[in-house]
Amino acid sequence: MPHSPAVEVRGLVKRYGGRTVVDGLDLTADSGRVTAVLGPNGAGKTTTVECCEGLRSPDAGTVRVLGLDPVAQGAALRPRVGVMLQDGGLPTGVRAREMLDHVARMYADPLSTDELAERLGLGAFARTTVRRLSGGQRQRLALAVAVVGRPRVVFLDEPSAGMDPQSRLAVWELVRELRDQGVAVILTTHLMEEAEDLADHVVVVDGGRVLAEGTVAALLAGGHGPATGEHPGTTLVLRTERPVDADALRRTLGGTLAVEQRSATTLAVTGPVGPRTLADVTAWLAAQDVLATRLDLGPRTLEDVFLDLTGRSLR
Amino acid sequence: MSAPAPAATAPADGAAPPARRVLAQAAFETRTILRNGEQLLVTVVIPVLALVGLVRGTFVEIDTAGASRVDFLTPGLLALALMTSAFTSQAIATAFDRRNGVLRLMATTPLGRGGLLAGKVLGVLAVQVVQVVLVGGAAAALGWRPPAAGLALALVGVVLGTAAFTALALLVAGTLRAEAVLALANLLLLVLALGGGVIVPAGDLPAPVSALAGWLPSGALGDVLRGCLLDGTLPLAPALVLAAWTVGLGALAARVFRWH
Repeated sequence: MPHSPAVEVRGLVKRYGGRTVVDGLDLTADSGRVTAVLGPNGAGKTTTVECCEGLRSPDAGTVRVLGLDPVAQGAALRPRVGVMLQDGGLPTGVRAREMLDHVARMYADPLSTDELAERLGLGAFARTTVRRLSGGQRQRLALAVAVVGRPRVVFLDEPSAGMDPQSRLAVWELVRELRDQGVAVILTTHLMEEAEDLADHVVVVDGGRVLAEGTVAALLAGGHGPATGEHPGTTLVLRTERPVDADALRRTLGGTLAVEQRSATTLAVTGPVGPRTLADVTAWLAAQDVLATRLDLGPRTLEDVFLDLTGRSLR
Repeated sequence: MSAPAPAATAPADGAAPPARRVLAQAAFETRTILRNGEQLLVTVVIPVLALVGLVRGTFVEIDTAGASRVDFLTPGLLALALMTSAFTSQAIATAFDRRNGVLRLMATTPLGRGGLLAGKVLGVLAVQVVQVVLVGGAAAALGWRPPAAGLALALVGVVLGTAAFTALALLVAGTLRAEAVLALANLLLLVLALGGGVIVPAGDLPAPVSALAGWLPSGALGDVLRGCLLDGTLPLAPALVLAAWTVGLGALAARVFRWH
């Protein structure tokens, strides 16, 4: 059987008024994988996903979900696609369980709402109206609504927004389970840890375009930043009590290490960071009589990759 | 439960049959309206209280043209009740559903946009059954005796009026902010109830308003129901006015309605 991706977006362009929010974006998501669309607010993530859900028509490019056009062939596609909107889409005046049962009636063979409610811990607030639910409770209900129809593709727009840690764990566990059952999960997020922990494939988006994509490991190892040399995956992040100058540190360290000024009091050193590097950095600080308030040494994170790519902070 | 879908519209893989989806949505909408205190007040309590107050109270002078007070006033109060469910209640509910993303979420389920609209219209009609039973029942208790021939004709007026006012509801709900719709829908109802030819016929209103009110959907609906339920005949001119409003408002709503 020929390989065909669950979601295939080619050259997507979407404008609101004269403003281009998605600008020639390509996206591929496979079944049995979690694909994270990672980017800051305003990057075009939600618009891209809404084009895949059939809620918006592209101005240019093609969108195919399970081989179908989400706008022209929506009726055939909708039973197989689950959606969790960023703003929830839940009516405020109805009870949580009532909403889940209602959406379940739209499907021929929905999941048992009893089991799903149990699974996501909805029982405690089943009879509470949506307006009185906490952010995490709303998100869990919205996720239940998205998956109740046994979808083959699930779009989750910022699923962890406003969630407490327990809710987040429950949601992540369900997402992994869906993936293991062969569902294509596409989630948008501006949370690095969400992409790192959950995604098999990460698409970094900013300004309506894809900046980089690959597995988390490939992105961390890949030549997306200034890091080169023996230990490309190591980053040293330095916070200081007073502003320090990245150029001065760069001259001190020399060679293959890259120094990036993340803020007046935060510097990041990437490249072949070794024991000598650490000694050099602390000696440089001592010479200026500046105290390091924090010193983090560790593997590159997606946040480092993102900063390398965009030069701006994600949160 | 419901009739199986005809083969021509057989459900796509995984979806419930279309009729079941729309009926589920209609039941959901009806429950939501009837359980909401403010909506219940506007759609049921106010029309019934207005009927009893105007029929029993003698503080308002009304020229009933020879008919009994209850016979003369009931058609107009039924028209007012229809306006509250088709316009005020529906505009507010849809505007908040739009703001909260409910319209978009349901549009991504097998229900789709068409099914959602169909469910809303059926929901309005279900609420109207409750309204007609309660307002009509109260009127009958007060001595209302409409001509039997007019009752069936009045259904035509109900359908036309509901179509026109639902189109107006969707027009404002699909273009304005939810808070603006809340204010406008209540204000417009009050203005039309007092000066729109609903309860007091357009012809009996003061001169400048009188000429205008007959051309409003409110005045036309009032005249249609009075014609059916007082005289037993469907008056053609106001029925045409209502139909024209339905076409115009419907076409405009279809063009400018925003789901986002």
